[in-house]
Amino acid sequence: MQVFVDAVVTAVTLLFQGSAELWNVIAATFEVAIISTVAGVAFGAPMGFVMGATRFRGRRLLIALTNTGMAVPPVVIGLVVMMFLSRRGPLGFLGLLYSVDAMSIAQTLISTPIIAGLTAAAVASVPYKLRLQARSLGASRIQEALLALKEARLGVLAAVASGFGAVVRGVGAVMMVGGNIEGQTRVLTTAIVQESRKGDFGLALALGLILMFITFTMNGFLTWYQHSNERFEGR
Amino acid sequence: MLEHLLSPAARKRALLLVLAVVTALSLVACGEAEEPESPGEATPEPVEVTNVILASTTSTEDSGLFSELVPAFQDAYPQYRLDVVAVGTGQALEIGRAKDADVLLVHAKADEEQFVADGYGVERRDVMYNDFVIVGPGSDPGGIAGTDDAAAALTAIAEGGYTFISRGDDSGTHKKELSLWEAAGIEPAGDWYLSIGQGMGDTLNMASESKAYTIADRGTYLSMKDRIELVVVVEGDERLFNPYGVIVVTDASNPEGAQAFADWIVSAEGQDVIREFGVDTYGEPLFIPNTQ
Repeated sequence: MQVFVDAVVTAVTLLFQGSAELWNVIAATFEVAIISTVAGVAFGAPMGFVMGATRFRGRRLLIALTNTGMAVPPVVIGLVVMMFLSRRGPLGFLGLLYSVDAMSIAQTLISTPIIAGLTAAAVASVPYKLRLQARSLGASRIQEALLALKEARLGVLAAVASGFGAVVRGVGAVMMVGGNIEGQTRVLTTAIVQESRKGDFGLALALGLILMFITFTMNGFLTWYQHSNERFEGR
Repeated sequence: MLEHLLSPAARKRALLLVLAVVTALSLVACGEAEEPESPGEATPEPVEVTNVILASTTSTEDSGLFSELVPAFQDAYPQYRLDVVAVGTGQALEIGRAKDADVLLVHAKADEEQFVADGYGVERRDVMYNDFVIVGPGSDPGGIAGTDDAAAALTAIAEGGYTFISRGDDSGTHKKELSLWEAAGIEPAGDWYLSIGQGMGDTLNMASESKAYTIADRGTYLSMKDRIELVVVVEGDERLFNPYGVIVVTDASNPEGAQAFADWIVSAEGQDVIREFGVDTYGEPLFIPNTQ
């Protein structure tokens, strides 16, 4: 039991003492998580919207592919990205391997299908009759789409939260393409793997608690936002 | 990486450590009288099979040595099943401290001696050694190829600012690297020095990709040589030798099995298995047995 108590003490001590090294790790964690969540929203949300709100040929296949994308192990995505960015790979000339950019690319490939799939589900659940009604009242196609998106916004927020969660907790892909370089590409999850391997379980657990604290803060913020919306609707 | 920050928690841990040592020592003192003299003797008729957990290092596992050692040991001692857990040296020692392993085969001599001195291990015995090599890109930008002075080579790398990749994982290899920097009188830091906290294979891959220098055990390097673009630039310095020791964990859950393995690996039979390993594939042994 003592080790768990120590881990909490260590986590708090680390955060309050705030060494440059820990902040580097936290900064890299945020940088990768935010870039890949924003990029995931930029690619995934419109894709999800089209899949959820419109009907077209190959839609079911696209949805099935997106759902498969949500389940691809991050380490496989890391492997593929690494092979592309390797000096011997097709994009090797970019010299991106073992950088925050490489990690953001891999994590974007992880977040995009999650955000697309969950957005599609949220948008598809908006009653079709509502959209018909809007159309009969003279709404344009774009206005109709915006209405559907507005109605589905809680589900879309959940999609964004899931995307953020997936990239912030990911370890396989970022370890492969980032390389866990101290002061550069080391993020919380790869630092946890490293400290566990070294046998410093207490420190590893403390870093895990810091990671959980970050995710909790982000999710707390989103939940608060969702609830303030619900209150508005219930009025 | 962040250890130095932990003063309050670390102090508490140190106190616990002392308590643990005192407990362990008193247990050893009590247990000693009843211990059989030579628990390693093989019983002729097959009895119930018990498992012996051997904590060792990833580099040893990656070399393939265990695929020879384990069956040979089990032929000699059918009553034991040897389960190998391959982790970093730091973690292997930690597993030993927690008594989650029965016997250790690791390569960080100073730490191993401390481990025994702290009462976590019964005794450390020399088993074998292999050697490290400094590897780098074929173009050898630092112009260090051919020297057999590892410290001078590292000095040239640091002064030229050529990229060097460090395991940075507290492993035996990492500790060896740090001792060489110390011998060179350099505290490695800067843009050229990348500490990555990963295993030997990952480190070699990254060095190959980044055209960087690194230090590797010869076995892992040889096993990956064809897939990476790195050549040996420094070898043969005595400081690059890497001794392995075997330690039976104090109060192991299978003390007889642990002792049997430790006795076997330093026996003529065990030492022969080590001497022959790798000769077929690489034309040279990867490990040199050196039990006295």
